Formats: sequence, C-alpha cells, structure tokens
Amino acid sequence: MHAPDGFLQPSVALVTAVISFVLLAFALRHAGSELGDRQVPLAGVAAAFIFAAQMVNFPVAAGTTGHLLGGALAAVLLGPWVGMLVVSVVVIVQAILFADGGLTALGYNTLNMAIVTAFGGWATYLAVRKLMPRTSGGVVGAGALAAGVSVVLSAAAFSIEWLFGASAPVAFDTVFGAMVGVHVLIGIGEAVLTGLVLSAVMATRPDLVVGARHLTSDELQAKSRIGMRPFLIGSIVAAVVVGVVISQFAASSPDGLERVAIDTGFAEAATDHALDSSLFSDYATAGVSNEALSLAVAGTAGIAVTLLVGGGVVSASRSARRRQMV
Amino acid sequence: MSGAHGSTVTRLYVAGDSRIHRISPEVKLVAVFAVVVVGAVTPRTEVVAFSVYVVAALMVVAMSGIGLIKYLRRLTVIVPFILFAFVIPFVGGGEKLNVAGVALSVDGLWAMWNILVKAALGATMSIVLSATTPVTNLLHGLTRLRVPRLLVAIISFMLRYIDVLVEQLGRMRRSMVARGHDPRWLWQVKPIASSAGALFVRSYERGERVHQAMLARGYSGVMPAMTNQRASINEWIAVMVYPAVCFGVLMLAVV
Repeated sequence: MHAPDGFLQPSVALVTAVISFVLLAFALRHAGSELGDRQVPLAGVAAAFIFAAQMVNFPVAAGTTGHLLGGALAAVLLGPWVGMLVVSVVVIVQAILFADGGLTALGYNTLNMAIVTAFGGWATYLAVRKLMPRTSGGVVGAGALAAGVSVVLSAAAFSIEWLFGASAPVAFDTVFGAMVGVHVLIGIGEAVLTGLVLSAVMATRPDLVVGARHLTSDELQAKSRIGMRPFLIGSIVAAVVVGVVISQFAASSPDGLERVAIDTGFAEAATDHALDSSLFSDYATAGVSNEALSLAVAGTAGIAVTLLVGGGVVSASRSARRRQMV
Repeated sequence: MSGAHGSTVTRLYVAGDSRIHRISPEVKLVAVFAVVVVGAVTPRTEVVAFSVYVVAALMVVAMSGIGLIKYLRRLTVIVPFILFAFVIPFVGGGEKLNVAGVALSVDGLWAMWNILVKAALGATMSIVLSATTPVTNLLHGLTRLRVPRLLVAIISFMLRYIDVLVEQLGRMRRSMVARGHDPRWLWQVKPIASSAGALFVRSYERGERVHQAMLARGYSGVMPAMTNQRASINEWIAVMVYPAVCFGVLMLAVV
C-alpha cells in the first residue's frame, strides 16, 4: 500500500499531509512527555523492529507469501501515540531512503498505514478487550482481531481518499470493492501474525505490553491458552462474516436504497445535488451506475473509519492524561 | 504491499565524489522535494514538460555516477504499482480506443501514463538522494531543516539498529532452517511469528540497554546538537536552479 507519487490528486495529497502533520506533532509531544527521554531509543529500536518485521515473509498458501504491516501491533505493544509515531517513522524512512512510496504521497501513506491502523486498531482493541476474559489470552485475542480490523480500515480509508482524488477512470465502487475485499484476506494474515507475536511477547515480558497494563499479575498468570487451530478457524469465520456483510451492503442493500429512492422520487434530486459539487473527483463517480448508492457506501465507510480513529485518538489522549495525573 | 527490500541501510550509499555527492544534505533534500512536487502537480497532458523532467532526472542520475544497472535495480520498488497502472486502460471507463482488437480506455491510458511517469520521477529522486548521501549526513540535513530533534533522534536510532535487527533475524532464521523448518502454509506460521515476538522483546531490551549506556555517558534527555557548517547561499542558488528550471517548464507549459 506504499502509493507512489501522482497516485492521488495533489489536493488530497495536501489535505492528508496536513492531517498527518498535525497528528504527528501531537504524537511527538505525547512521546516527549509520557515516558521522557527513555522513549527515544526505545521508539527508534521499535521502528527498526517494525521495519525488520515487514521484511519477514510468511507463507500464506503454496508459493504465496505475505508480511506483517504492524500498525495495530505497534499500538497494542507501545500504546497508540508511540505506536503511531513509530510506524510513521518507518513510512517516512521507506519513502526518503528506499523510494518505497512517493515523497508527495507521504501524507496519505502516513495517514493510511500509520495513523488509521494505530488509532483504529487501538479503538477496536479497547472495545474487543472488554468482551474478552481478563487474561493474557484475552489480550492476544483482542490484539489479533484489532489488527485484522485495522487493515480493512486502512483499505477503506484509501478508497475514501480515492473518491476525492482519483487519478484514473476507475469508479469508487470498483476500488472500494477490490481494496476492501483483498484486505479482508490480508487482514486474516495480519490477525494471525499479530496474535502470535503478541502471545510470544506476553509469554516472556508481559510488562512491556502497554495494552496489557490493565491486568494484575494474578490475571496475567491465569492460564487460558487459545490454541492455534480454534483461533485460526475463528478468525476465518469472522472474516467470512465480515466479507458477506460488506458484499451484501455493497451489492443488495443498494438495490433496496435505489428502490426507495425511485419510489419516493428523490433519486434524481439527490444525485444532482450530491454529485454536482466539485468536491468529489469526477473519476471516482463517473460511470457508476448508481451514484447515490456509492456515496452512501462511501459515507458509511467514512463514518466508520472516522469514529474508530477518532475514538482511538480520544481514548488515547484521555488515558495519557490520567497517567499524568497519577 | 512491498516492504521487503533486501538491501538495508548501509548498502544504500554508493561511495563517490561526484557533484551530486558534494551537495550539502539539506540543500539536496529541499531540491529533491521541490522537483517531486513540481512533477506531481504537473497536468498529465503536458507531455513536453514531463520529457524535460525525465531527461533532467536522467542527467542527474548520470552525473551522480550511481551506475545504470544499480539505478534500474532500485527502481523496481515501484513495480507493483506499474502492474496496477497497466490494468487501468482495460478496466477504465469512458471513450474507447481500438488497439489490435482490444478496446482500451483513452482516459485509462492517460491515467496509466500519469502514474508511471510521476512514480518513476519520484522514485528516481529518492534513489539519487539515498545513493549519494551518507545516512548520517542526511540526518544532519534534517536537523538543519528544523525537523523536530525528537523525530530525527528516533529516525537515527532506527537506522542505526535496522541492520542489527535484520542480522539477528537472519540468525534466527538460519537456526530454524538448520532444525528442519520449511513452512509452506499459513498454519505452519507459528514458529516464525514467535521468533518475531522474541525479536521484539530482544529489541526492546536492547533499547533499554542503549538508554542506560546513553545515561552513563551523560545523556540528559536532549540529543547533542549536531554541529556542522551550513550550506552557503551560493550553493543554495546553484542547486535550486534544477527545481526552478522544472518549475519554469511547468509554467511555460500551462500558460
């Protein structure tokens, strides 16, 4: 997902760059105040770790390999602010030194790969953690699920940016379907890998995992091992459910919406208003059979991404403040 | 989904003493960014402007003495996106052009060209930057451009330890292979992931040791200022001619 230069329109590159810049500035302030000077070498070594972990290729099925992306993993291990900072540093270094991702694409690459994955992953992690037993197994399970969700969120964020700044005549629907579809599969891999990495860390140094700070030492000792096979089957079932829900949403519920629109006669009026605004890229909406529908899909995806990422940012700031007061 | 690079930090720099090598890092950084930005905002139909950019960029590559083979090998990072770009004319909508019996979208062909030329230009600039500037100088350059100290410090630790961690990973890999580990399917992934977890713990503990070593040497929470003479005004002017020419070509083309 390291998009090169010119992949999205300059306006989107600029807006996402501003957003990333502001969040990065906040993260630097947090990292500077939260754990003080200790944080600098740790964050640097953690960034090197994420970079190295991305180089490890895992077998997916005969002949195909994938690799860890690490946004949610970094958030659970190091906390959302430092996690976001670390993954942003990786993305920036990859662009400047390795030509991997464009320099003018840094805004949206940082947003999609570091900010959305870290904060979206953190919010999902906090939500899922409540449903899990208060044990290391619960931390591992919640972290794995958050990692899978974070990858799909990242794909959705990219699709939404495409809606505003497409550089090619490929409709938003196509991009959204392809990106989210493929990333549900990638998300399964990310969930499995994140879970395994987390369980290895929880087994040796649970005190390092920021996402496990809520557990007492007794709870950490409690045995609730989640076996490899049930875990894999569980994540695949979850992914299939998510995939079915998304495809239903993208394919059939639009029909329902369309029918309502035709019945009530607001279809034309609505599309004219919504789409005549030059805010959306012509490309992303041109050639779409049902424009109101794809806007609805985009809107819902946008709300989901914003809520989760925003929720992550808010809870991250709040927990940081609480720690300062104590 | 790239990220597997094969070449790590120390191998990026190609030793030499070309004119490009001698430019001060902060000037080089700004010039590279400026050229890429000018390229990115150029409308895709300005083929003449893009030809000028490409010729100029190739001249810079030649001047830097990186070597064509090495340059092209590093350029392969953008291959996944080139593959995507080649798909666009087939799936794109709008007016169709018939080429040897295959209907290609005219708009899609333009989009393909747009992604190809901008991605190649941007990647070329990054390659020249990293191949002609030692990493430490690049960090000095970032500091002099007033990038926050904390960020530069994190980046410098990252670059310092990438090779260490990659080697450590290689050793873990080799010992696993020596024990007969040969995974083919996703459910055989556990040992690799566990070793990644172990790598994190080792990295974190290394970070703690490094911090203690820094404290022992008088670290007080602020990295010492990296003193070095700044680039002269003359150098700034001489180097910025390059992005300025690109910008001039853009203005001529658009107006």
